[in-house]
Amino acid sequence: MTETTWVPRKRRGAELVLTVMAVSLGVFAYCAVGLGAEGRVPAGAVGLAVTLVVVAIAANVLIRRFAPYADPVLLPLVLCLNGLGLAMIYRIDLGLSERRDNWTALAPSQLIWTGLGVVAFAVVLVVVRDHRRLQTLTYSFGLAAVILLVLPLLPGIGQNIRGARIWINLGPFSFQPGEAAKICLAIFFAGYLAEKREALALAGRRVLGVDLPRARDLGPIMIGWLVSIGILVLQRDLGSSLLFFGLFVVLLFIATERAGWIVVGGALFGLGTWFGYLQFSHVQRRFEAWQDPFGDPDQNGQIINALYGLAHGGLLGRGWGQGSPELTPIGYSDFIATSLGEELGLTGLMAILVIYGLIVERGLRIALTCRDAFGKLLAAGLAISMAIQVFVVVGGVTHLIPLTGLTTPFLSQGGSSIVMNWAIIAILLRISDQTRRPAPPVEAVTEDEATQVVKL
Amino acid sequence: MNTPIRRLSVACLVLFLALMGNATYVQYVDADNLNSEANNKRVIDDEYSRERGAILVDGEPVAESVPSDDQFEFLRTYPGAGLYAHLTGYFSYTYGRSAVENTENPILSGSDDRLFVNRVVDLVANKQPKGGSVELTIDSNAQTTAAAALAALPAGTKGSVVALDPQTGAILTMVSQPSYDPNALASHDFGAVSEAWTALNGDPAKPLLNRSTQEILPPGSTFKLVTAAAALDQLNLNPASVVQGGTELSFPGITYTLPNSGGGNCGGDQITLEQALNVSCNVSFGSLATQVGQGALEEQAAKFGFGDKLIEGLASNASRFATDGSELELPQLAQSGIGQFEVAATPLQMAMVAAGIANDGVVMKPYLVDTVRDPSLRVLDEADAEEYSRALSTEHAAMMQQMMISTVEGGTASSARIPGQTVGGKTGTAQRGGDLPNLAWFASFAGSGDQQVAVAVVVESATATDDISGGRLAGPIAKAVMEALVSS
Repeated sequence: MTETTWVPRKRRGAELVLTVMAVSLGVFAYCAVGLGAEGRVPAGAVGLAVTLVVVAIAANVLIRRFAPYADPVLLPLVLCLNGLGLAMIYRIDLGLSERRDNWTALAPSQLIWTGLGVVAFAVVLVVVRDHRRLQTLTYSFGLAAVILLVLPLLPGIGQNIRGARIWINLGPFSFQPGEAAKICLAIFFAGYLAEKREALALAGRRVLGVDLPRARDLGPIMIGWLVSIGILVLQRDLGSSLLFFGLFVVLLFIATERAGWIVVGGALFGLGTWFGYLQFSHVQRRFEAWQDPFGDPDQNGQIINALYGLAHGGLLGRGWGQGSPELTPIGYSDFIATSLGEELGLTGLMAILVIYGLIVERGLRIALTCRDAFGKLLAAGLAISMAIQVFVVVGGVTHLIPLTGLTTPFLSQGGSSIVMNWAIIAILLRISDQTRRPAPPVEAVTEDEATQVVKL
Repeated sequence: MNTPIRRLSVACLVLFLALMGNATYVQYVDADNLNSEANNKRVIDDEYSRERGAILVDGEPVAESVPSDDQFEFLRTYPGAGLYAHLTGYFSYTYGRSAVENTENPILSGSDDRLFVNRVVDLVANKQPKGGSVELTIDSNAQTTAAAALAALPAGTKGSVVALDPQTGAILTMVSQPSYDPNALASHDFGAVSEAWTALNGDPAKPLLNRSTQEILPPGSTFKLVTAAAALDQLNLNPASVVQGGTELSFPGITYTLPNSGGGNCGGDQITLEQALNVSCNVSFGSLATQVGQGALEEQAAKFGFGDKLIEGLASNASRFATDGSELELPQLAQSGIGQFEVAATPLQMAMVAAGIANDGVVMKPYLVDTVRDPSLRVLDEADAEEYSRALSTEHAAMMQQMMISTVEGGTASSARIPGQTVGGKTGTAQRGGDLPNLAWFASFAGSGDQQVAVAVVVESATATDDISGGRLAGPIAKAVMEALVSS
């Protein structure tokens, strides 16, 4: 009797169609910015179109070759965001070069970084043939994360920009090591928890309805996490602290399947927030700016301008190149969501949020179908950290929660963010390829031979 | 481990729904509030890039947007410079808007609901939306005449002229001196705008102030019109009724006496009411005020508009008979009856007193905007004449008219005589406390039938001279304006 095993369809053709749509959207957006702001198609349109098409084709070919069973939706979604981000950064370049005498255009370097992002994507896909190999390097990644986080604090290469010390300067490049630390930390948490999940979940005492693990099981990860948070507090990077904390609690919850961790995490978060509010004046300022931004318009110009931009955009937006997103400080980076909300309206902002939602959903789906604990935890961790990051930054700039600085994945101007997020997508694709790939053919064994072994 | 992942995916959904809900709130529900914040540069920029509608007087623009080739597409210009400044107001990038530029902003900027169809058409045709225009009730000839007459006075003289159509309340002339040039505030050279703004606000002569509606000054003897109207009603008098005359009014038990202006006699101890008004006899009207009483006098003043901001769309202050809730003693009441003590009125208010008398006792609500038009000049809205109050009966109004006409023909207001026209008037020379020079007032009406006007003039000299009197300073100005209006 022959049994045909179910083989998932590769869907690479569908992926190509979606990729073409996504790239067209980016190129059209870029042309529309030029038409809207200056009345002509921008000179670099052909260059951009060619670059994006090459990038898209290269990525598609790469996936066909190295991860043929990978999820077909992630790449088009990411290309779409990346293209829209480029168009918006170009748009703000135009606006700011009109208002400021010496404005250095950011879009060209963003385009280069996008290229480097795809290179990182390729490297991860080619080098990491099996995501489980990352698990063997759990502690190395943990150490790497801590080192990366410490770098900005070192004199000489560390840089203080807008009150947060989270950049390093290496020659002409400035880099935000926190973005890379995010991936390292996710791998560390996932690797460690995959290994210790039984011990964490079962050994130990029960206190107040929560099964507390033994100190020696929880110890290393607690130390890793505390060091990260401690450094971030020193660097005044509220957004990343929140992100890493969320990642930690969520992975602990998935690994142990104990909802108590969410409760404990929530309580700790509350305590931490309260302590931070009492201890740090910048936390207080953020909180006050959130409660009543119009109480101190000089101090809270950022958020007020962001809200004005959103309101100015309204339901349908001003149209590409027709709003004034350059009025919002750093409207090309942290505040790019409100810039898009101004020019594309509520409709466009919703569409972008849906794209993020889809990326998160695909990531969680990969986690659900993944067969090994490490892959599950890693995919879920990466997907949820994306969700937390989008929530924190978009919620911050749209006045849903207090403002904390974080980049908007794939949209914000910034090399480290683009490159690392492309790497995250590569890891997710790798896990999904592993998951959906049909099992290697097993030597056919006849029933007779099999039953021979056991003699009744 | 799948159960927690499923739960977390629901949690992620909640996070995204929260973001979407919040975005909907900011961009849709709260958008109008945010767009109307005063310091919202985007909305200001947006207004600046649109072709703003014109403000018209007699079909000619007194405020219009002309194409500009600097950072904005249009420049707001005011061809009349200071002539209409207090009516149009200014339209400044940095300092916002005032007067009609402000109150009619929805129409001028094109955001008014009545222009919705135009906006949709513009959107489909990919054209920049244009604003509608606003036509003022002003008569350009009379406006120019009034401004020229005030400008002819010695340098530094402040003053104001208001002319109304008594039958409708339409403001035909409104001039305030000193004025300012709104072009200086609408300029795209923001440094110069800031300097101009500082200079205008620092100027002790207060050029930004619309004296016609904002400055309340003691109306002096022109207030005797109100006292006379109250006396006709309350004491059942007529112009031939005998009232107290003489040189001074004394009060029982008090040494203070109320003298006549210049200490003269009014022409006998017993004179007629008409004669009292003709010679502007303080004794007579002081005495009438005490007989009528504070309540009735205040009520009569309120019927003409005292205590009320009389016009929407222009910055204005309410005229006052007495401080709220105060009870006047007899000498104070007598002084109030001749427009002194705490009585203070805007020129617009005194024009309304004259207009109410000329319009057979009915005071009309003053208005400045005649028609509102869409960008293709189709009329969207036309002002309706609205009754403000009935200040006195037709019969008493006729008596008042007769007495004012005789004041022009043979009394103190003779400087306003216009050959071939029926003119009624009342002079006023108000004393102010301290070293401030006297004020010269004139309240008058002219014409008959459908061609009627009411004019109030106030002149505030820079230096004290004995020459200041309503008849000599303000009367000729009122005459010139009335001539310009009734003969056109």
